[in-house]
Amino acid sequence: MRWELDLFPERASTVAGEVDALYLALCLVSGLFAVLIAVLIVVFAIKYRRRSEADLPRPVSGSLGLEITWTVIPLVIALAFFAWGSSLYFTLTEVPRDALEVVVVAKRWMWKFQHLEGRREINELHVPVGRPIRLTMASEDVIHSFFVPAFRIKRDVVPGRTSITWFEATRPGRYRLFCAEYCGARHSGMVGWIVAMAPADWARWLRAEVAGESLAQRGAKIFVQHGCASCHRGGPSQRGPALEGLFGRRVRLEGGGTVLADEQYLRESIESPGARIVAGYSLLMPAYRGLVSQEELLDLIAYLRSLGPAGPGTEAR
Amino acid sequence: MSAESYLASPRGVRSWLLTTDHKRIAILYLVSVTLFFFLGSAFAVAIRLELLTPAGDAVQADTYGRLFTMHGVVMIFFFLIPAIPTVLGNFLVPMMIGARDLAFPRLNLLSWYVYVLGASISLWAIVHGGVDTGWTFYTPFSTTYSNGAVVTTGIGVFITGFSSILTGLNFIVTIHRMRAPGLGWYRLPLFIWAHYATSLMMVLGTPVIAMTLLLVVAERALGLGIFDPARGGDPILFQHLFWFYSHPAVYIMVLPAMGVISELVTAFAKKNIFGYRFVAWASIAIAVLGFFVWGHHMFVSGQSAYAGMVFSALSFLVAVPSAIKVFNWTATLYRGSVSFRTPMLYAFGFIGLFTIGGLTGLFLSALGLDVHVHDTYFVVAHFHYIMVGGTIMAFLGGLHYWWPKISGSSYPEGWARFSALVIFVGFNLTFFPQFLLGYLGMPRRYHAYPPELQVLNVMSSAGASILGVGYLIPMVYLFWSMRYGARVAANPWGASGLEWTTPSPPPTCNFETTPVVTQDPYTYSSEEAQVVG
Ligand SMILES: [Cu+2]
Ligand SMILES: [Cu+2]
Repeated sequence: MRWELDLFPERASTVAGEVDALYLALCLVSGLFAVLIAVLIVVFAIKYRRRSEADLPRPVSGSLGLEITWTVIPLVIALAFFAWGSSLYFTLTEVPRDALEVVVVAKRWMWKFQHLEGRREINELHVPVGRPIRLTMASEDVIHSFFVPAFRIKRDVVPGRTSITWFEATRPGRYRLFCAEYCGARHSGMVGWIVAMAPADWARWLRAEVAGESLAQRGAKIFVQHGCASCHRGGPSQRGPALEGLFGRRVRLEGGGTVLADEQYLRESIESPGARIVAGYSLLMPAYRGLVSQEELLDLIAYLRSLGPAGPGTEAR
Repeated sequence: MSAESYLASPRGVRSWLLTTDHKRIAILYLVSVTLFFFLGSAFAVAIRLELLTPAGDAVQADTYGRLFTMHGVVMIFFFLIPAIPTVLGNFLVPMMIGARDLAFPRLNLLSWYVYVLGASISLWAIVHGGVDTGWTFYTPFSTTYSNGAVVTTGIGVFITGFSSILTGLNFIVTIHRMRAPGLGWYRLPLFIWAHYATSLMMVLGTPVIAMTLLLVVAERALGLGIFDPARGGDPILFQHLFWFYSHPAVYIMVLPAMGVISELVTAFAKKNIFGYRFVAWASIAIAVLGFFVWGHHMFVSGQSAYAGMVFSALSFLVAVPSAIKVFNWTATLYRGSVSFRTPMLYAFGFIGLFTIGGLTGLFLSALGLDVHVHDTYFVVAHFHYIMVGGTIMAFLGGLHYWWPKISGSSYPEGWARFSALVIFVGFNLTFFPQFLLGYLGMPRRYHAYPPELQVLNVMSSAGASILGVGYLIPMVYLFWSMRYGARVAANPWGASGLEWTTPSPPPTCNFETTPVVTQDPYTYSSEEAQVVG
């Protein structure tokens, strides 16, 4: 048995300190509150302990002043922490613009990672320190959750959607990755490591293996294999909307309204094209739900993204 | 001696199984929920044994998934939700309002049979393969991937839900229609207010979980696409539906407990409650707000940040009425005559543990912090402080307080105090380390865990064994007291409240003549109230 007893996980991301600050502030305030109650109870219980069974204390009428006091003070404290927690949440969920892209596929019971350049890993993700990393995640089966305690981040990976999170490691090292959403018998085996490296080391690591194709190149092949090209490429046979310059743009929809052509919408349009159709087109495309794997889907999206306009993470390289 | 006690006549098993007496039905429930409590505890023992060592070695991974699922299902649906309302509530609601029975005695018996039927079906599922989905039945795991008896368990829980609904309806009608002359709403014991609020939640919330489980069964058994994205469904929809009931369910478990504590604190301080109307309306506020916070279970699911903010704000708000109650209980002790009998020890324990449970709820309501602690042992510790530290402490406190009334005999005070202390120590040793484990990042429902987390896990398992002993002791002496305990008079505690004006144990009709109420509740002294603050 290892006799160590830590109270905090390592702090290895840009947000870890902020999360800990909120945690400690809450510990302090709730500690004070708990001690206050405990002291009052102990003092009252001893001071007014029953000395004889015949004791009949005089009743005390309530006090509006006190009631208002102990309603308003907790209310103000609660609202302050609400505001603090919410603003921190925006920091945790808003991805910085210059983030590096990594694609994650979760399946029972492993984590698959793909770097844009094409290098793939399983249950281990190598990233440079000092650079925000944006994770585009999809699940092949049930709900999983990407959790790195040292980074204080967690995001459910929900099948049928694309889940996004980000982090920026601050110190080189190996940090535990857990699946935090119960996903079956080997849930606790769905763990891995995030390896944060100095940028130069990371660049060397990335080149060490002949990467083969990049994500977008693979996506381009799938695009042809599944016959997408026949309808979505210019020329006489074009029957679907053109895809050049689509990613990140707002498109008008049949029946009114617009939608941002992001990962979520592209996924939906591939898996169930009838859901929201681009203005001027009708539903000719078959649904590809179940026909493309999650990995192929993410490759396809990477390809569509590479057709511009440049989204976060792409112009940097 | 006039009418015979409800325990003494009529005699025979048949008279018990066909009884419509709310007191006897309370006893039937007491026996059944106690059985389920010890069954759920047995699963907990196995879980804590497995977690003694970091490697998943004591049981198979598959078995472990079944253990924590069945621990959750049994404890929540078959013990915690029914425990206080169906045992103490059934026994006391009519007695406290001066009625002879609940409004619908036969419906009351039916609700027990419905409970037994639902529970038996779930037991059957446990024996035939068990369930491995977690008590939360998250989709698409439960509908597509699980190899457990999801359908059977779901149907069992579905049926049990109706027993809750029937009990809730019965209480609502009884409290509206059957109060003794002179017993206005503001003269009701707070136990009644709490049960009224609970009943509203049961009636409004339970149908939603029933429908949700039915949809799970439909998807799993009939292949309809509702929650599974591969069939065009939405797994997050399930979470909304599930938590719409299951968050309020937490208040279904804890509101009656709060009602019990209000009775205990006043009886053992021999004083009127501080801020009666605030405590009463706080119950209603909790019941109402409790219905609008379910989204706090989905802060990392991809729900919109603005929805998250609304749910976060409401979750913080629900802390306020809880704080009001804690302050008023504390203030009730002021200038009281405080006795340290066993029920009061449980009340003190409740206030302490519930305070910690409530305060750690704030950590989980804070969006940015919840991201880190969500689905870790921090959450596990938090809800055990509320459910075990809160509900079970109050249940045991209430059981000791009303035991003389229920059984007609007194329990051994020394043993009772000792076991209350053992439970308090064992509880904290079990669950406090889990807060630390959670912040360190140990995810819940892990069969194996990193070796650096072992010390805290060993502490927790050690605490659990102490806690287990603490629960066994009352089991033994309460049984013993029924036969060997000293007989008691109508009002052994010198407490106020209509239930203490009738013999212990009460006659079947409760009151020889319908009582007339002329006083506020918790009137111990005829002196005029002094003003403080
Ligand atoms: Cu998992
Ligand atoms: Cu909740």
